[in-house]
Amino acid sequence: MTQNVHIRLASQRIDNTIVGTSEVPRLYTPGEIITCRSGFMRGHGTYMEEDALTASVAGVVEQVNKLISVRPIKNRYNGEIGDVVVGRITEVQQKRWKVDTNSRLDSVLLLSSVNLPGGELRRRGTEDEQMMRKYLQEGDLISAEVQKIYDDGSLSLYTRSLKYGKLCQGVLVKVFPSLVKRRKTHFHNLPCGASMILGNNGFIWICPTVSEDEENGLGGFTENLLEVVPRTDREVIARLRNCILALANCKMMLCDTSILYAFEESQKYEVLELLRPEPMLDVCVLTQQRLYMQEDE
Amino acid sequence: MAEILLSEAEKTFILHGVEEGFRCDGRMRLDYRPMEVETDVVSHASGSARLRLANTDILVGVKTEIDTPYPERPREGKIEFFVDCSANATPAFEGRGGEELGTEISNSLATAYQSSQTFDLTALCILPGQQCWKLYIDILILECGGNLFDAVSLAVKAALHNTRVPKVKGACLDGGTVDLQLSDDPYDCCRLDVSDAPCLVTLCKIGDHCVVDPTAEEETCSSGSVVIAITEKSLVTSVFKTGVGSFHPQTLIDILKVGQTIGLSVNKALRAALLEEEQQGRKKECFGFLK
Repeated sequence: MTQNVHIRLASQRIDNTIVGTSEVPRLYTPGEIITCRSGFMRGHGTYMEEDALTASVAGVVEQVNKLISVRPIKNRYNGEIGDVVVGRITEVQQKRWKVDTNSRLDSVLLLSSVNLPGGELRRRGTEDEQMMRKYLQEGDLISAEVQKIYDDGSLSLYTRSLKYGKLCQGVLVKVFPSLVKRRKTHFHNLPCGASMILGNNGFIWICPTVSEDEENGLGGFTENLLEVVPRTDREVIARLRNCILALANCKMMLCDTSILYAFEESQKYEVLELLRPEPMLDVCVLTQQRLYMQEDE
Repeated sequence: MAEILLSEAEKTFILHGVEEGFRCDGRMRLDYRPMEVETDVVSHASGSARLRLANTDILVGVKTEIDTPYPERPREGKIEFFVDCSANATPAFEGRGGEELGTEISNSLATAYQSSQTFDLTALCILPGQQCWKLYIDILILECGGNLFDAVSLAVKAALHNTRVPKVKGACLDGGTVDLQLSDDPYDCCRLDVSDAPCLVTLCKIGDHCVVDPTAEEETCSSGSVVIAITEKSLVTSVFKTGVGSFHPQTLIDILKVGQTIGLSVNKALRAALLEEEQQGRKKECFGFLK
């Protein structure tokens, strides 16, 4: 058995900002004056102080006609209808589950917005209410779609499609929601042998690929705890996890292409080495280059 | 410990990974995550250090003060640990939420440093039976990413290594009271010998196997862990168990053997890092929390 202990110094810290060809946008810090001129409207992330429009968060300024707002670099998830999210059940209530989706308020999953096991379609009665913890209990992970946004900003989710539902064995990776690129599809069966759900809320789920015929349309309520994920799958999942964290560390946008490129570029390192800053930066730089090359074509 | 929620399936995945010897982040059972250490980060403390182990962030400050020694140990100085769990780390630490964990960590450090063969407290004696130095070691937990015991003990050792105790130029006895004259020059000070200070190594039992440096997720899966305090000379100064699980005597003996070798390499790595920093001299840049 080997044992790796690496202790580095702060002076060896490396700068992990990757300078692309595009210009680095001007970043505003909280309390910084954006403009002193009057005639502008105060948007999100700003406040008025002695007739000057001031930033209240760190981020980039966005202007729409007379409306000035600051979009923060780091923030919680602001849901939009139709987004794919990955969330964790925090509470089981009457007729609803509370779900942690990395937003300011817990999201709601109504009993009427889930598919019952077996795909039965009927009105949900009191019996179903009593069975709720059998379907989903505290700590369970689900993938879902945003159905509605309430007035207070909390989200209503639904899983009434076979692609959504309870998640089985795998790893959850948390990144900033702003790093996940909006795409047509957020479910990916990667060629390297793992599946991935890129939640718009910054929660990314990586799991071994399940073949189509194995999924028997139970609405994702099956859970096979006895099945052992083989070593090869595990290595792929761990490598993907470390690649995603490396990309997120360098503030690179995450989509299936960038993750796959990073995965391919990381092959020269051991999975374990990808926890160290230098290989992480190297993988990100190589990924960035490949993304540019692809754009040029 | 601040527990995080995990689903049964995730726990199973972690458990099988440990059995396989390949954990979720690609480490084997006895691998540590990379750490980063910096000393002398707090300018108004006698000694300080900051240690980051993945997401675990620890800041330690050492303050020296003159005190009277314990009557039963007239030739020894005093050392006191205090752990503050910042609510920034996890909301569970808000109010008095982190107090229990803080006391547990500070008590474990106090026991680890208690033995006379570890950190030499006689060096802190000024006038036997009358005056001695007391070291207040304040530990701040800024972020919680698992494996707090190891990270805290390493940070404490680094901070003690950085500690500068002012030199005493002279003392005059005036009746019963002692009047000490300290050196005015802030650079005229003595260092502490930390070569015998212990490091804590946590071995976390998941399933039938033990892992070192567990992540917060792995800690949730474990039934219990054994924490071993080891010095550079591979002397075990204290052993205690946390969590509810039980250990078979034979497993415990195996764990102690494994822990001893790991403790040695952890101590060695920290020593190498501290020596390297020392060689950069006084002009070294302070990075602290920037970047």
